[in-house]
Amino acid sequence: MHNVGIVLRRELASYFATPVAYVFIVIFLMLTSALTFFMGNLYERGQADLDPFFTFHPWLYLFLIPAISMRLWAEERKTGSIELLMTQPITLWDAVLGKFLAAWLFAGLALALTFPLWLTVAYLGDPDNGAILAAYIGSFLMAGGFLAIGSCMSALTRNQVIAFILAVVACFLFVLAGSSLVLAVFRSWAPQALVNAIASLSFLTHFESISKGVIDLRDILYFAMLIAFFLIATSLTLEVRKAK
Amino acid sequence: MIRTEHLSKRYNTLTAVEDVSFEVKPGEVLGFLGPNGAGKTTTMRMLAGFVTPTGGKASICGHDVETDALAAKQCLGYLPEGAPLYGEMTVRRFLEFIADLRQLQGARRKERMDYVVERLQLQSVLEQSIETLSKGFRRRVGLAQAVIHDPPVMILDEPTDGLDPNQKHEVRGLINAISRDKIIVISTHILEEVDAVCTRAIIIAKGRLVADDTPQGLRARAESGRLEDVFRAITV
Repeated sequence: MHNVGIVLRRELASYFATPVAYVFIVIFLMLTSALTFFMGNLYERGQADLDPFFTFHPWLYLFLIPAISMRLWAEERKTGSIELLMTQPITLWDAVLGKFLAAWLFAGLALALTFPLWLTVAYLGDPDNGAILAAYIGSFLMAGGFLAIGSCMSALTRNQVIAFILAVVACFLFVLAGSSLVLAVFRSWAPQALVNAIASLSFLTHFESISKGVIDLRDILYFAMLIAFFLIATSLTLEVRKAK
Repeated sequence: MIRTEHLSKRYNTLTAVEDVSFEVKPGEVLGFLGPNGAGKTTTMRMLAGFVTPTGGKASICGHDVETDALAAKQCLGYLPEGAPLYGEMTVRRFLEFIADLRQLQGARRKERMDYVVERLQLQSVLEQSIETLSKGFRRRVGLAQAVIHDPPVMILDEPTDGLDPNQKHEVRGLINAISRDKIIVISTHILEEVDAVCTRAIIIAKGRLVADDTPQGLRARAESGRLEDVFRAITV
């Protein structure tokens, strides 16, 4: 675990050594605010809650999270620094976990910086703070899910643009898995059990139940297993690359 | 001790390294020679644990590079081909990062840090980000990370590439200074380097080991007594 911390610190520092971190945070804050006020009509609906804010998170993450995750491995492979990293006395898992956690913490920081919205509704009315906290936790978990998928896609290629596009497509499928659009395709021929299984993979279903303020162990477990699955897939991908 | 037994690497139809066996003992500086694409870098990558062999075995200080990879890497200082680094880091931050991974602490850490900075003349660029450095400085930063933990085994892929004659001289001086009781493997295209630092040379061509001798022994193979002529005779 010691090495995970060392890799994590280096990664996190590298976000802030380049303009990437600042550009990302500014764009993220601008987009979340714009969506909340203009499309979510936070003022007009006259309710002191952050539903209009959290509703857009899956869609915002769909494009912004792959922008963080695309560089995770593709950049290391492009510049060759992966050879330097993997010949240090650390395990592959130390590197996979350290890099993922750095990206997750960074996304968490961007999310935490949206706190003025919370202050706004707290000033205007009497929001359910427990529900808002639950929604923040749900959003953070969902960001982790997106990042783990993105990490795996980034390990597949040395081209960051391809890593970005692959991650957007993969995340899109996970977001939409529970929608009637996708399920209708399966419902006509697949057994109900399979349809249910696909529906249960959806980011939206799990995120929505948490963002209503209900922290269900199953939803947390879902995101934890999704993250674990894609991080293991990341390390297997890198292992196969090494043996090729 | 470095030991390889029938080490091979195949990529689909292409054979990069085939049946390479050798041993290197403490005190030896082994020069790795061969034309471009002969398999030098692939062999070094297998020793460093970055590429998995498709056949044969390799060990460093008795630790198998595949089954006991972590222990093997702990004994090793490795300079990858082209000296890849993290461009956005400053030289100091980068060396601190490596020192962390190498678990250098306290007085020993400071002593080793000061040693590599002085020996590789990095004082003037310590606070500069690596991407702004010249090729020569980058190579020396790469060398610094390979020797900072004073490893018993060093594998350096083209350590003097991109250096000017003075810097080459310095790096050779460094290699000579640290080579006592150590194992050093360097790959190079510069044959004079073999005379300057190596106690032994291996020539690889088309993935196979074609010569393993002392520099004097190799030179004796050509009538002219020049390494260049031996190299051409064996590898063309």
